[in-house]
Amino acid sequence: MTAVESEHKGWLGRSVKRKEDARFIRGRGNYIDDITLPGMLYMAILRSPYAHATINSIDTSRAMELPGVVVVVTGDLLAEHKLAWMPTLSGDTQAVLATDKVRMQGQEVACVIADDPYVAHDALELIDVDYDPLPVITTPQAALADGAPVIRDDKDGQTDNHVYHWEAGDADATEQAFADADKVVRLVTHYPRCHPAPLECCGCVADVNPATGKATIYMTSQAPHAHRTVFALVAGLPEQNIQIISPDIGGGFGNKVPVYPGYVVATAASLLLGKPVKWIEDRTGNLISTGFARDFYMDGELALKDDGTMTGLRVKMLSDQGYAFADAQPSKFKAGLFHIVTGSYDIPAAHVVTEGAYTNKAPGGVAYRCSFRVTEASYFIERLVQTAAYELDIDPAELRRRNFIPAEKFPYTSATGFEYDSGDYEPALDQALERVGYMELREEQKNVRKEGRLLGIGLASFTEVVGAGPSRQYDIIGIKMFDSAELRVHPTGKAILKLGVKSQGQGHETTFAQIVSEELGIPPEDITVQEGDTDNTPYGLGTYASRSTPVAGAATAVAARKVRDKARKLAAHLLEAAEDDLEWSGEGFAVKGAPDRAKTIQEIAFAAYTDMPEGMEAGLEATNYYDPPNMTYPFGTYAVVVEVDRGTGAWDVKKVVAVDDCGTRINPMIVEGQIMGGLTEGYGMAAMELITFDEDGNCIGANFTDYLLPGSWETPAFELGETVTPSPHHPIGAKGVGESATVGSPAAYVNAVIDALAHAGVRNIDMPLTPDKVWQALNEVGLAE
Amino acid sequence: MITETKPTTYTITVTVNGEEHSLEVESRLLLVHLLREKLGLTGAHVGCDTSHCGACTVLVDGTPTKSCTHFAVQVDGREVKTVEGLATGAELHPIQQGFHEEHGLQCGFCTPGMMLASAALLEENPDPTEEEIRWALSGNICRCTGYQNIVKSVQWAAAKMKEAS
Repeated sequence: MTAVESEHKGWLGRSVKRKEDARFIRGRGNYIDDITLPGMLYMAILRSPYAHATINSIDTSRAMELPGVVVVVTGDLLAEHKLAWMPTLSGDTQAVLATDKVRMQGQEVACVIADDPYVAHDALELIDVDYDPLPVITTPQAALADGAPVIRDDKDGQTDNHVYHWEAGDADATEQAFADADKVVRLVTHYPRCHPAPLECCGCVADVNPATGKATIYMTSQAPHAHRTVFALVAGLPEQNIQIISPDIGGGFGNKVPVYPGYVVATAASLLLGKPVKWIEDRTGNLISTGFARDFYMDGELALKDDGTMTGLRVKMLSDQGYAFADAQPSKFKAGLFHIVTGSYDIPAAHVVTEGAYTNKAPGGVAYRCSFRVTEASYFIERLVQTAAYELDIDPAELRRRNFIPAEKFPYTSATGFEYDSGDYEPALDQALERVGYMELREEQKNVRKEGRLLGIGLASFTEVVGAGPSRQYDIIGIKMFDSAELRVHPTGKAILKLGVKSQGQGHETTFAQIVSEELGIPPEDITVQEGDTDNTPYGLGTYASRSTPVAGAATAVAARKVRDKARKLAAHLLEAAEDDLEWSGEGFAVKGAPDRAKTIQEIAFAAYTDMPEGMEAGLEATNYYDPPNMTYPFGTYAVVVEVDRGTGAWDVKKVVAVDDCGTRINPMIVEGQIMGGLTEGYGMAAMELITFDEDGNCIGANFTDYLLPGSWETPAFELGETVTPSPHHPIGAKGVGESATVGSPAAYVNAVIDALAHAGVRNIDMPLTPDKVWQALNEVGLAE
Repeated sequence: MITETKPTTYTITVTVNGEEHSLEVESRLLLVHLLREKLGLTGAHVGCDTSHCGACTVLVDGTPTKSCTHFAVQVDGREVKTVEGLATGAELHPIQQGFHEEHGLQCGFCTPGMMLASAALLEENPDPTEEEIRWALSGNICRCTGYQNIVKSVQWAAAKMKEAS
């Protein structure tokens, strides 16, 4: 008998160093391009140079003659197998390889399969495609104008470029609020198209075994189980014969949620040829054809009383969907969760009207650390609140404080129908103001303005909605948004945890092990966390929209508790005591009042295989498919200080303070890492990241020369703070944090720049706030030098 | 006409992580592909194809070099160090330890290039300021960490190396 001697400290809240680092720091990660199979062939994609054109013919004969080329796949070949089009995750269709027309620049037109990657790319230049260019539409406004050419003329019944109409809230109550308002403040702004640009591009190795029919597909997938089902539906393959393996992923940020044509063609080619086929996307292919982000045009108004009380909000939003509606988002919500746009404020009436339009641009939309359009919503309300502060001449921090949902009102039902689980907004605001030195900065701002210097202080007090989601409301293509965990404890007390989600750098191998450690007392180093292999993990919807911790984290805790319930029975047997007489010590069970009569979890695990009581099944394992009762609502306040150069329009970030409340922090080191990453990407969106197009639909932003990313030199330093308001419905009180900073920070950066110019009447500059745009704004109000 | 041109090949001799290799390579073969495909060293990653991201950074005669835009023939007679050559046997290089200790990596894709650029900096400047670290790493993009912990990782390694010397 072993006494439970050490004082248990718990495993939550510990900055355990990451288990996954060991392979990455040695260059022994296993990313998609590191996978090589015997006899493997290589695929390269020919992409359309035109944004909109009819395809008259595709001549592949010269390419086929190049030594080393095995086959050239075209849309017509795929059409013979009914594979020329595939469904999107929003129930629309997208071309795998173009047949009739190309509808965006960079669209996939043909694929070369060769025995060498260089040869595959050589052969692309030998394919002759005869195009007839067509008029190009690059904005949703132009797409919805009378007489606009119909982009999706392939779809029966599609007579215009309209994709969806969706509303939330109460139109009548909102109209009344505006009729009764003392002041109405309006903001019109565009959240421009940007791109997640994970450092690793997309790719796959498809290996269809001609003898067994089994398709093993290694792919850059944030949602391998959902992708398996999509493959079964698209290709008509029996689902048990499809194994998706998502290896180490070099960043995702939502870019690796959709199914892309490259995956489908490589799989079809492997099926056709009976050999493994590898496809590795190049950076231009990634930027011009895969899941972009945002492209929301927002026009909204806030109704207020003279004292600053917010009484109503109405927003119209028009989204540019590209040529296919391919948002990976819950089916019921056509504009994602944009209706979280009331944010952190107790606004009694709100109404949101959203429309989407097809354009000759890449499909996608919800990606980039976004939580299903929460990013756009949060940006809009935080910008609008600051605009209102200037119009009412109330300090922006004070206006926020006066309108925060009070702590005693939680759980709180918003005017657009969300039930916020928990929140306490003022302490986060107070801490951010204190850390940044807000009152002193306001004084300094006035003083330096006299010297002609432009200092700006920007705030954002965001509320997110993450953790999709409850099955009554949330599904993707019909599959409910549960997630899963399967926990097995081995005879020696070591364990394996298998999850339906898939890390792309978030550190799941460490944090999810810590959840098990907390519940069962098995240390993290004794727990293997397995993800990404659909044959060897339970079904789940994957990692995006900050859902891993809220959903799979909850599943892990519940599975571990089930294991502990069985462990109690085993301990009772071993200790010859009644179950009710045992108490959990954090590391095992002990008889109440007799702590020396105890069994560690390791001893109990051994007994599960060697000494179980009569009638008990062997083994110590449990599975949980967790259906969250509600979403979680992380929040925080960010404060940014900038100085704007009147001569160049450049703005220098002097300070960034981020106070986050994501509920219980499992591993503070990893949480802070997530926040700093998001603050950097938020800075990129605010300052430089832009996917735009010329009038012919040429993508400007097709490589890292044109699509600028923040580097170590530009990126500011960050000061982080925290408050902790646990989620009342999550088993360990955690809310999710992966996207808080990309949701919250862009508005803080932009508000800071606007704040520097606000005294001269500047109210908006659309992102990214490049120096030329800021200089234009300075020039218009006479501040430019 | 591409179809009629036979690629020119050259025989090169290169020392990679202390081991000498003689290979016949196509003139157009990129260094990153020599390392990854011919030598099986997959630690150098291709992130952008255009020298911007630095995921492919290796050291050529000690100098950080973007191997995605460097031909294999250019390293004939030279010494190349990759992430696989950073540790001495089982003993990690201080920069590797630093990245682990200070949470300087998340997805790990930029990490080999980051560590090699950092190691080269510390070779030249054992006690860099934060500004010097940020400047030295400005050719290496990280999408996950926000750089602050990478800076700390380099500072950790600098302190460790100072202690050891």
